[in-house]
Amino acid sequence: MIVYKDFLLEFKMKDSWVTMMAFVVMVIFLFAFALGADWRRLDAIFPGIIWMAYLFAGILGVGRTYGHELPEEALTGLMLAPGERTWIIAAKMFVAFCFMFGMELVASPLFFILLNQSWSGQWVPYLVTLALGAWGFVGVGTLLSALSANVRGGEALLPVLMAPLAVPVIITAVEATKAILASPHQNPWGWLEGLLAYDVIFSALPLLLYEYLWEV
Amino acid sequence: MDKAEPVLRVKHLEKWIGERRVLANVSLEVGPGGGLAILGPNGAGKSTLLKVVAGLWSPSAGEVWRFGAPMEDEGRPDPRVNLVGHHSFLYPALSGLENLEIYGRLYQIPRPRERALAALERFGLGWSSRDPVRTYSRGMKQRLTLARAWMCQPQLLLLDEPYVGLDLPGQRLLDDWLEEHRRSGGARLVITHYPEEALRVSDAVAILIRGRLVWWAATSGMSADALTREYSGWLAKGGMAVSVSFG
Repeated sequence: MIVYKDFLLEFKMKDSWVTMMAFVVMVIFLFAFALGADWRRLDAIFPGIIWMAYLFAGILGVGRTYGHELPEEALTGLMLAPGERTWIIAAKMFVAFCFMFGMELVASPLFFILLNQSWSGQWVPYLVTLALGAWGFVGVGTLLSALSANVRGGEALLPVLMAPLAVPVIITAVEATKAILASPHQNPWGWLEGLLAYDVIFSALPLLLYEYLWEV
Repeated sequence: MDKAEPVLRVKHLEKWIGERRVLANVSLEVGPGGGLAILGPNGAGKSTLLKVVAGLWSPSAGEVWRFGAPMEDEGRPDPRVNLVGHHSFLYPALSGLENLEIYGRLYQIPRPRERALAALERFGLGWSSRDPVRTYSRGMKQRLTLARAWMCQPQLLLLDEPYVGLDLPGQRLLDDWLEEHRRSGGARLVITHYPEEALRVSDAVAILIRGRLVWWAATSGMSADALTREYSGWLAKGGMAVSVSFG
């Protein structure tokens, strides 16, 4: 029900996914202008550009996870409804993942087209990287977003806390993407296993800490 | 639950928020069909008491029993308990009907849409059921909040200044519902700043000052003037100025 409610709110307000998409497209254009015609230099940093854009767009999206709950303290209403409270954060993580993964799926072809990169990678590992990267990001993001929602100035605090904690996601995802796009192909699975381990930790942490977060 | 068993029993409740003790040794009982009003100055801990009783926050010490069973240490929501707080707990971007339908589904109410429509009609909001809540006036939001609580049919109703923002017909609707709730055996814990309201909605009234229940009495036969005098006296004793002098 919480998932349905969050999708309904996004459908009505369009303030999470649309903002993320607009931001990613803007980043693509900025890099295209900044790097100009030097496509050789772009080849080396292309995976980094992709994930930096996803990181900052993701911060915008994840920051809105609890945004709808704040004006009328709707989160209190959810907490008082019957059922396990951990379902609230699980639902929030799932919704944030859908928005982030959806944004990545739509933005990926745009990156390749607008930055004039030819696709020579493997589809399955690339999609796995996007999914694991998105999940790791929303795991830590949802936790911090829940924390900052109850704190004055939380919206400013979120990116400051988020960026360092997301570094392991960025490093592993960038390296895995590099291996996937390399010619000849390299094995990305070592990096993806590291990313998976991070995902497991940051999926469990919000579910374990949520009871304590609520009284912060 | 035994018929004679109190719906709500609070024993020696203490609540700390950080380094500050917000509630100290609070004990009270509300039986089936009973109503207790709590008067107290700002910052006395009234809303905190409701949040603990609702299961939103855990007690730091003491016990909270609801429907004859102790509340778990970490605090748990119970669908038989409903809280009407300072905020509506609703989503401004959604319509009144959508909001209530979502709550109906969260509380697993059968035929939530029909129930939501009935709640909107009951509280005089049928005409604006499809308008976004952000377009509602303060009073309409309060009516919708009451409709949200009504549709869940709570047996224990926790009301934090429920009359705020309501126009006269809205107040009448709330009075009618509370009377209906009392007749059906429901219990009420009502927080208010107004002695007249306290007398209207409860069988007993207590005064909470700096986290402690300092006085209580049955409301039967008590006049609003007498209660106002008692309350003013306690505010003065507690060092709370009841009037401001510019002289």
